[in-house]
Amino acid sequence: MSAASKTASSHLPDIVGAEHVSTDPAELGACAVDGKLPSVTVCPGSTEEVIEVVKYAAAKKLALIASGARTKLGIGSPPARYDVALDMTRLNRIIAYDPGDLTLSVETGTPLRKVAEALAQHRQFLPLAVPYFDRATVGGTIASGVDTPLRQFYGTPRDYVLGMEFVLGEGVRSKSGGNVVKNVTGYDLHKLMIGSLGTLGVMTRVNFKTFPMPVASRGFVATFESLDRAIEMRNRVAQSPLTPMTFDLLSSHVADLFSTPGAEQLAGSAMPAGVLSPGLWALTIGYSGKENVLSRYEAELRRMAAESAADNVTVLGDRARAAAFAFKREFIPIALESSPATTIVKISVLAARLKDALSAAIKAAEANQLLWAVMARSLGVIYFALLPTEHSQTSLRQVVAATNQVLAAGASFGANITIPWCPSEWKSAIKIWGPERHDLAQMQKVKKVFDPLGIFSPGRFIGGI
Amino acid sequence: MEPRLLQDLKKLLGSDAVLHEPEDLILYEYDGSVEVARPNCVVFPRTKEHIVGLVEIANRYKTPIVGRGAGTGLSGGALARRGGILAIFSKMNRILEVDVENQRAIVQPGVVNADLSAAVAHTGLHFAPDPSSQKACTIGGNVSENSGGPHTLAYGVTTNHVLELEMVLPTGELIRIGSSALDSPGYDLPGLFVGSEGTLGLLTEITVKLTRLPESVKTLLAIFDTLDDTTETVVDITARGITPAACEMLDGYTLRAVEAYVHAGFPVDSAAVLLIDVDGVREGVESQAEEVAEICRTHHAREVRLAKDSRERDLLWKGRKNAFGAVGRLSTTYYVQDGVIPRTKLPATLRRITEISERYGFPIGNIFHAGDGNLHPLILFDARDENQLKRVIAAADEIIQFCIEMGGSITGEHGVGMEKDRLMPLLFSEADLDLMRGVRDAFNPIGLLNPEKIFPNKKGCGEIHIRPLPVAGASVA
Repeated sequence: MSAASKTASSHLPDIVGAEHVSTDPAELGACAVDGKLPSVTVCPGSTEEVIEVVKYAAAKKLALIASGARTKLGIGSPPARYDVALDMTRLNRIIAYDPGDLTLSVETGTPLRKVAEALAQHRQFLPLAVPYFDRATVGGTIASGVDTPLRQFYGTPRDYVLGMEFVLGEGVRSKSGGNVVKNVTGYDLHKLMIGSLGTLGVMTRVNFKTFPMPVASRGFVATFESLDRAIEMRNRVAQSPLTPMTFDLLSSHVADLFSTPGAEQLAGSAMPAGVLSPGLWALTIGYSGKENVLSRYEAELRRMAAESAADNVTVLGDRARAAAFAFKREFIPIALESSPATTIVKISVLAARLKDALSAAIKAAEANQLLWAVMARSLGVIYFALLPTEHSQTSLRQVVAATNQVLAAGASFGANITIPWCPSEWKSAIKIWGPERHDLAQMQKVKKVFDPLGIFSPGRFIGGI
Repeated sequence: MEPRLLQDLKKLLGSDAVLHEPEDLILYEYDGSVEVARPNCVVFPRTKEHIVGLVEIANRYKTPIVGRGAGTGLSGGALARRGGILAIFSKMNRILEVDVENQRAIVQPGVVNADLSAAVAHTGLHFAPDPSSQKACTIGGNVSENSGGPHTLAYGVTTNHVLELEMVLPTGELIRIGSSALDSPGYDLPGLFVGSEGTLGLLTEITVKLTRLPESVKTLLAIFDTLDDTTETVVDITARGITPAACEMLDGYTLRAVEAYVHAGFPVDSAAVLLIDVDGVREGVESQAEEVAEICRTHHAREVRLAKDSRERDLLWKGRKNAFGAVGRLSTTYYVQDGVIPRTKLPATLRRITEISERYGFPIGNIFHAGDGNLHPLILFDARDENQLKRVIAAADEIIQFCIEMGGSITGEHGVGMEKDRLMPLLFSEADLDLMRGVRDAFNPIGLLNPEKIFPNKKGCGEIHIRPLPVAGASVA
């Protein structure tokens, strides 16, 4: 523990109360980021306390990483420095919820589950069906920028976050946006915070647009012997007037991944039987509306599946659809648990290049004797999981070779490629942020304005930010 | 104006692309707002190299530079508040690429909004943001202001449709941010730049999403005898979880002006109407239209008309989109506000606007995006009377103050520009504004680009660090 950290553990109790500061090794261990431990954990109970903690950290140049339920801290580069773990879970209040206006203002440490329960009373929801849903908090979800199957229809948080309050790198409270559904007053600084891995500020409140729950939903799953056929159906649906809620492609290995006890635990139930078949690709489509709309979807989808030579078709009622949806939502944790060294490559491409990108990734995995599984959003976002059978130097060599091959192939079709999840120890060998970005200099300008002293999650972000 | 600067501009662009005579400049001292500011010269670049060259010249002479599309803006965003060079993008109006399969288009900033939708209509796609000025306004202007429009209720505003930007920074660097593929790694720079009102960079290329046209659209016109019934209907539609594609309100005053101008069949004796679009797959649209009609009737709609065909629908929408023009026939000048309120506060807010109208003695027409609570009170006055202008601004400020008290905002889609900068402290603390200014200064360090916009000047120090130029013919403060 550095001298500065030592003083921290003696000064922080004055700010938040002794019971909310800890140097207990177990607590510190629980807050580890890529194996790096903080010197102290502090759990503020209000924005004012966050401000004081940040001011203190700034004065002492202590590096600070904010977190909620710590389910997505594995994303990003290992921190260059890490002194204070800022546990945001006591900021867990719903500040304002107006069902009539469909707006919500919530503290960032609030669990998504709690938000969902409050909204459900008014038959509303937030489309934040993110991995580790049962534990995840609002702040971690927004900071990590993870997407969800629901982005097909509802977009990503940049489309429904209305405003935000955050604390800057010198302990100044700031905000942008507002709590109305349409607003162009001032710069949209909150958009910068989304997916910034806590490198710009500590978010304390987020204002959202909420959405009415659909009256009824169905799922449609078509399985295919070949990727080509699955893509063919994907294109038919994309060019039709249908506007599905979710629309994902699952590879043939996913059926096995989803049938493990670990997967069932993460998803909260068993995968409905007979929906996925080992050895077959599956196109899964969720849609909603009144009965006549649901019938129209089913008829159209059946026709398109037949035209694309689907092997089998299943229509899931409300309950079965919800169960299957939870598996899609938890695809990443399920993949992470299924191998001792899961490495997930995220490849974003124009939709017309989905097949090229998938083929290149499959080729790279197989050339390096790696098992793999895929969930791909029809919009052009692929989660390609490499699943080594062991955590070893051999696996590392295979994964490095495979990811480099994917990066090389992706460059030829304008893909955005990152590796959000892999074993911490491998991060120095894998290009987790993909190729160098031409707009990095602009990002560095932004970072400097928000966090001039560089105390927030130093080194965790792209280009060493 | 400094002769060498003029020479350099003419050398870069050719003599015919540079205007500097007072009688030419006078056309460019206005936009759609009530603000006035005259540039020292007006230039018409044709290429991105021209933009780079212009920024170099601006830096060389430390003169401000301001980008401008069609000049339809409603907050003075594209006016040269500190004089200098006004760069008009009307000649950079090519659609560079349309990618139907991926639903993308790459356009130059001067492409007119409606031209893009028209160019791709045969593919079943369109560019969703649809400001009422869409037949004139440019996509570059839309990006700068983060423009909305009636159908942004369901489809989102401009920022929801922009993926990648190429631009010239005030330092002269040509940069690209974001990407055509989704989820560009790193900070969401397009999210910052869209809506930055031309204060961070001059756009040269814009990559937008194209949206599939719905299979079916139905347009309803609900006619009411009281304002309260009209606004309560909007509250109820929202509360029941129905999101129409558009939900516009026109009050009786505006209706009469519009009807006299467009002859769209609006009932001139009513208190207000709602113009509502529902769209989507056929089956859903039919039941949703019926549901909406039923809510209107519950709130005592005198009549709910369903447009019979696309001709009737287009006529109703033509009436809506030309409403500002129609009101312009009634009065020499109007001042339009753009406040936003939580939708549940619509009834109270409209009552307050009526009260303010009566107290000040100015007629106020209301024609606005009711579905998302974005008001557009048009206050009619005579700008030749300086006293009236002052009182009109006082009346407008009262409306804005009320919006903020209701939990709303000062601008929903028109931007802050040079019109509402003084109102920013009503919403933002000095620390909030300092952060925004800090971001601006990181990209636009000496205030060369579109100076004195969005943010109020800090007490005691001029925002701009460069001297205004002496102007030939006219004086600019």
